Amino acid sequence: MSLEWIVKIATRYWPMFLRGAGVTLYISIIGTVMGFIIGIIVGVIRTIPIPDKLYKKIILKSINAVLTTYVEVFRGTPMIVQAMVIYYGTIMTFGIDVNRMFAGIFIVSINTGAYMAEIVRGGIISVDKGQFEAAHAIGMNHFQTMAYVVLPQAIRNILPATGNEFVINIKDTSVLNVISVTELYFQTSSVAGINFRFFEAFFIASVIYFIMTFTVTRILRYIEKKLDGPENYTMYTEHLAEETAETAGRQI
Amino acid sequence: MEKIIEVQHLSKSFGTNEVLKDINFSVSKGEVVCIIGSSGSGKSTLLRCINLLEKPSGGNILYKGVNILDDKHDIFAYRTKMGMVFQQFNLFNNHNVLGNCMVGQIKVLKRSKEEARRIAMNYLKVVGMDQYVNAKPKQLSGGQKQRVAIARALSMEPDVMLFDEPTSALDPEMVGEVLKVMKKLAEAGLTMLIVTHEMEFAREVADRVVFMDKGVIEEEGPPEQIFNNPVKERTREFLKRTLEKM
Repeated sequence: MSLEWIVKIATRYWPMFLRGAGVTLYISIIGTVMGFIIGIIVGVIRTIPIPDKLYKKIILKSINAVLTTYVEVFRGTPMIVQAMVIYYGTIMTFGIDVNRMFAGIFIVSINTGAYMAEIVRGGIISVDKGQFEAAHAIGMNHFQTMAYVVLPQAIRNILPATGNEFVINIKDTSVLNVISVTELYFQTSSVAGINFRFFEAFFIASVIYFIMTFTVTRILRYIEKKLDGPENYTMYTEHLAEETAETAGRQI
Repeated sequence: MEKIIEVQHLSKSFGTNEVLKDINFSVSKGEVVCIIGSSGSGKSTLLRCINLLEKPSGGNILYKGVNILDDKHDIFAYRTKMGMVFQQFNLFNNHNVLGNCMVGQIKVLKRSKEEARRIAMNYLKVVGMDQYVNAKPKQLSGGQKQRVAIARALSMEPDVMLFDEPTSALDPEMVGEVLKVMKKLAEAGLTMLIVTHEMEFAREVADRVVFMDKGVIEEEGPPEQIFNNPVKERTREFLKRTLEKM
């Protein structure tokens, strides 16, 4: 009986599932954060206006060419294939057995980075041109403009897409089982193999995957709301003076 | 009087479209200059060239006698000396009113937070927006936004204020509050260069009026001359057309 087996497997092997889920969450959180950082760096570099000086122009164009290649290659190949190529590639080249967990995080990070780079670029472009102009007009350079004016707005706009990447990562870390990273899919396979109960084991896995992605989605939605701030503002009156000026200043 | 900005033989083309042709003019310290002219005459482009939001195709722009188009010139430091007010306000959406007036001071001028706050509050008071320090730009009306934008520019304590049609995007009932603030600044002796369609305002506030047409300065002089006894035929036509509408 299936239900019995589900309960049996869940009660007997829950530490394995839990460890697998932990690894999955660990890799996808770090991978998403790293990918997000990579995406922002690449996105900011790719939006630098083309300078007038010839040598600067050549430097920028070559950097952009490298970044474009990176984005295109990693978006254009499946992560499961990248995992094999990078993992076995490094073993072949350096003759050392790299840490599988590290390899997994590395692969998820650069893969997410490639997607995030395009998302960030889109986010930056979507910010009104007037915001750039106003920032330039008070003397900010490209990086100040990005850091204090454009990116905070762009990041707010790309938050839903970033959440999406996170959810995709939770699911897609399952492909890392090909390099034997002990994430949820790998653990489930082991459990299933021990008992020859594939449906039951993977049914439990699917429930765990869903709980993780659903929770993450909710948390991100909450953060989005928080970032938007309160609908109303308080009027600045004398007795509130110190306090309000304090809090207003802290936002910078 | 000391010339703050001197524009020499300035030209600007967008592709094959020549927007500015051989512009020569200057702004002295404490002077209020209004630039008038029909849409597409190059007024805004001239203003945007002066703080290098547009790169001039030819000519020189001297700031206190130094050519800012020189490669070695630090355009970022120069821009802090030019306060710019835009038609579309362009307040930083991620900052509240006080933040808008502080971020440039702290990050560009490297002022301390306390000093920046004090200066920002001072100018917010000047424009009458000191009660709204906590408001986000989207919570303000057009006129309020523009007044904050003026305070933001003033907080950098620039040598010259550039106004690019500051009231053109406003509802008619809000034009007055912004013009009132600008008039106050003019009376305080600030150097101002204003692109405007508000003829009454120009007549009242300007020390000198520049009339532009088809990318050239057609005529310039004191407001009495431009508005009462224009020399050029084009100026007369333009004024007749605009004043009739009012």
